[in-house]
Amino acid sequence: MSGVRVLVGTKKGGFVLTSDGRRDRWEVSGPHFAGWEIYHMKGSPVNPDRIYASQSSGWFGQVMQRSNDGGNTWEPVGNKFAYEGETGTHQWYDGTPHPWEFKRVWHIEPSLTDADTVLAGVEDAALFKSTDGGMNWTELSGLRKHGTGPKWQPGAGGMCLHTVIQDPADAQRIYIAISAAGAFRTDDGGQTWKPINKGLRSQYIPDPNAEVGHCVHHIAMHKSRPGTLFMQKHWDVMRSDDAGDNWTEVSGNLPTDFGFAIDVHAHEPETIYVAPIKSDSEHFPLDGALRVYRSKSGGHEWEPLTKGLPQKDCYVNVLRDAMAVDSLDKCGVYFGTTGGQVYASADAGESWAPIVRDLPAVLSVEVQTLS
Amino acid sequence: MSVIRIELPQHLRTLSGAEREITLEVQGVVSIKSALDALEARYPTLKGTVRDQGTLERRAFLRFFVCEEDWSHEPTEKPLPEAVAKGREPLLIVGAIAGG
Repeated sequence: MSGVRVLVGTKKGGFVLTSDGRRDRWEVSGPHFAGWEIYHMKGSPVNPDRIYASQSSGWFGQVMQRSNDGGNTWEPVGNKFAYEGETGTHQWYDGTPHPWEFKRVWHIEPSLTDADTVLAGVEDAALFKSTDGGMNWTELSGLRKHGTGPKWQPGAGGMCLHTVIQDPADAQRIYIAISAAGAFRTDDGGQTWKPINKGLRSQYIPDPNAEVGHCVHHIAMHKSRPGTLFMQKHWDVMRSDDAGDNWTEVSGNLPTDFGFAIDVHAHEPETIYVAPIKSDSEHFPLDGALRVYRSKSGGHEWEPLTKGLPQKDCYVNVLRDAMAVDSLDKCGVYFGTTGGQVYASADAGESWAPIVRDLPAVLSVEVQTLS
Repeated sequence: MSVIRIELPQHLRTLSGAEREITLEVQGVVSIKSALDALEARYPTLKGTVRDQGTLERRAFLRFFVCEEDWSHEPTEKPLPEAVAKGREPLLIVGAIAGG
């Protein structure tokens, strides 16, 4: 029988939530790596029992973990992330040059074709690759050495490479996003990169044609349409139908288009989900009502999904990597909050119920659909 | 060769599977550096958690205490007191109090 495994990274450990295909009864295991920040956990699409986890701490730095049994047991793997060559500088918050310094791994993206190959997006922004199951990491330095690197500037959460999307139809094409440099694409497996930010508008950037500098919060893609991308920017929800070369705003009737998370329905490539947040200075839902918004038309027209979600006195945030979908029928949608709740919908967002209510602040949610 | 004692903070014990206090053999002069070299050789998973793997600089929120003195800012190749080199006193690796 089919089932799902939800991988939850929190400020104080990782949790693995499992259920059968009905998705109404859940088992919770964890905390794994108790007391450490788990920015991200993600399983290999080739071998779902192979899961990678990013474990970090302000005291002890970065550790990478690997499981070969679906998250029951773990082994530390390589944690040496050395930038290649001269590190140079990026801009600091005040605009002065600041040296590149490794801080942590924000996002792990296992290969679509090989369980031992995995990408890691890190802070300060760079992309690393391992081809031996995480034991050794090599920087794909063409990204950091893109000519615009000295102009990149951190967002409030740090200068993090937080989004990595592999094109399932073209193994050489990868999309990444950095706060607050913007989105980039490689068409040669990571050797060279181009900024793909045309059409983005940011109030704090006076030049409407600025190549970099946009605070992209997250990007999502449906595997059947790898040229179509959906973006939750700092403000604005955007879409591109030409692999990021051009973007148009699709915020439409959203009550606020600030937010972090965005994802696409597993079976309907024009159905997308966002979790609107009031503003850049008030990181909680509008009016204290937690609402996921769904568009079935690829943007512009949005409907609030509220059944089962708190509609008053709710002041949590939904972070950029904290929303995911399963590929069962009906599509399951999941998101975690900074209040420690993980909500699940087994009917594509029509209704919601908490799987857990009292975890540490949720940093990331990934879902594995198990056969 | 010297036999020294090192005390680890809880998170590093969990990560490495080591006991709170471990005993290590150190070749040559006993210093912070040679002690950490021996520690990382015995427990490779601790690489990068006490000091940077490239620069070998102490991680900012960790402290080294020896014979009730803070050695965090001493040169890492400076010989440690005889009491540590002879194993009578441990080298303490302590997580600094930070946050709220």
